Amino acid sequence: MKQMRKLVQTHEFVLFILVVLLCVAMGMKNPLFWSLGNVFDLLKSSVTLGLLALGVLVILISGDIDISFPAIAAFSMYVTCLIAQATGLGDHIAILFGMAAATGGLLGVFNAVFIHFFRLPALIVTLGTASLIRGGLLAFVGTRIITDLPESMVTFSRAQLFRQQLPGGETIGLAGSIFILVGVALLVQFLLKHTLLGRGIYALGGAPEAARRAGFNIRRIRFFIFALVGCLAGVVGIIHASNMRNANPFDLSGLELTVIAAVVVGGADITGGKGTVIGTLLGTLLLVIIGNSLILMGLPSQWHKVAVGAIIIVSAGMVAWRRRLGRNSGSGK
Amino acid sequence: MNDHATNRGESPGGVMAILRSHGSDLTLAALTVAVFVTMSLLNPGKFLTTANFESMAFQFPELALLSLAMLLAMLSGGIDLSVVAVANLCGILAAMILTGELSGGEPLGGTASSLVLAVVVAVGCGACCGSLNGLLISRLEVSPILATLGTMQIFTGAGLVLTSGRAVHGFPESFLVLGNGSPWGVPIPFVFFAAAAALVWLLSSRTSLGIHMRLLGTNPTAALFSGIRVNRVLFRTYLITGILAAVTGLLMIARTNSAKADYGSSYLLQAILVAVLGGVNPAGGFGHVRGVCVAVLALQFLSSGFAMLHLSTFARGFIWGVFLLLFMVMNQISNRRLNQ
Repeated sequence: MKQMRKLVQTHEFVLFILVVLLCVAMGMKNPLFWSLGNVFDLLKSSVTLGLLALGVLVILISGDIDISFPAIAAFSMYVTCLIAQATGLGDHIAILFGMAAATGGLLGVFNAVFIHFFRLPALIVTLGTASLIRGGLLAFVGTRIITDLPESMVTFSRAQLFRQQLPGGETIGLAGSIFILVGVALLVQFLLKHTLLGRGIYALGGAPEAARRAGFNIRRIRFFIFALVGCLAGVVGIIHASNMRNANPFDLSGLELTVIAAVVVGGADITGGKGTVIGTLLGTLLLVIIGNSLILMGLPSQWHKVAVGAIIIVSAGMVAWRRRLGRNSGSGK
Repeated sequence: MNDHATNRGESPGGVMAILRSHGSDLTLAALTVAVFVTMSLLNPGKFLTTANFESMAFQFPELALLSLAMLLAMLSGGIDLSVVAVANLCGILAAMILTGELSGGEPLGGTASSLVLAVVVAVGCGACCGSLNGLLISRLEVSPILATLGTMQIFTGAGLVLTSGRAVHGFPESFLVLGNGSPWGVPIPFVFFAAAAALVWLLSSRTSLGIHMRLLGTNPTAALFSGIRVNRVLFRTYLITGILAAVTGLLMIARTNSAKADYGSSYLLQAILVAVLGGVNPAGGFGHVRGVCVAVLALQFLSSGFAMLHLSTFARGFIWGVFLLLFMVMNQISNRRLNQ
């Protein structure tokens, strides 16, 4: 009973109810919402957003922020595709993922150098690197859209589960990339809850000085988390290009706000030390559903920006309010 | 993290003290001169012309006002990422009043009352946007980054919804004077800049609000326990940044004769760059109007010079990013050396 009550009070539970209510409401308004095709589409769109959100979750838990990951994703995607095109490497999708993740990871390390060694605020550093990476990509690497992607990427994007033929002749299926999201989510969950490094990330976010004195290697933690976000951004870049069937260096911009909204809705606090994988996944789902509903309801796309902004503010306000309640009620919870 | 800021108190006498308070100013001035000379050499016959100086005098006040807003937010230990969005939203509202789109089609023409109405609504909108930021940050204790990131989206989105994404243009001559006129040879935007700089200087160095902002930015806990009304200081800070952004919005639409929801998106990075270059500590508590004023000139020289060199916006984005990182690192190194 007590456990039951505890569960009901969690942020994740409230969020879960919200997602369910939204789904029911949308389903009543537009029966198309519950069609298998739309559900598969929703899950497919959740993959890229969810992967980035998991990376940002780790960053927010450690008390920092990163807004350069869309630029990193675009850079890794484009450079990997260029290399694959030039060398013919990439007959296997894993090689492409590896290259993109490595590129992204290196760029993440670049962020970490400024943030850790020069003790500069992460927001401004990543604002700078985002401009540098995107500008560098477009000015010096190229602006041409690559359309002849390696065969392996096309095959990858066609991989589907539960494939079935609709009466109309259209085939639908669940995108295979969902496995990547599930796998990464499990890994991040394991990392955060069951490894020393994960406990260090929470400790760093809760109280950096205390974490240092407790013997955590702050440098290693910081470099790890920024490299992790970079790697995930690289992977997202390849998934994105596969889905689009082309590599467009202008793509993936402005994504940072949606991702941060998803993580903050999920209950993570930018002051650090708080946030869960399950909350982040639910937050991602909520944002994807809201984006989808706006389209199904026929609202112009301009409203999407307003919705994302409002979600960030309302959920950040709620998280801050909980924080204050926790503080006022003393050392209790 | 804040140890540099707290150690940088005014210690008495000596060469070190002079260096401490003026070292960065001298570096900045030297840098600005260097940029000026380089751009003059790279663009022979184009940079050192009256026409160029005139166009720069009309252009830089917009960035300067945004940078002054950023200075205030950073002094209090926060940041305002929504300034450009607020400027655009206020500009759009004013534009829609001027073209009569808000009042149902009839263009109001250049009547004095419509001009006054446009300006009042724009500034009022800026004050409202600023108040929203202020309430979120002070009462609800949302972090400035998240609060202004969220409101940035909302304000840009509101602008897009109002205009359906297109540009509003065609304002009466009497309004365009605000952005293009220069009675007695002084560009009106420059007058706005001078007035804003003077007011922000007065506010930040000569009023209790300014001192409280600095204290709050240096050490929020100490500020709270020394009896500073933290909520009120924060609220007012963001209220003022909102109003500054609104004035910027008016200048922008008056100069370009059009208002658009996503105009000047690179201004945000540039405003932060100016603040950092001007010696403002992004972690809070430290920064001067004079630094920002010199830094904004340096950036305008660079910007105009690059435009003459036909550098693409992408290459400029790359360079702004490099400079931002470079200057922050340089500031940090020189602070460490002085503190030892």
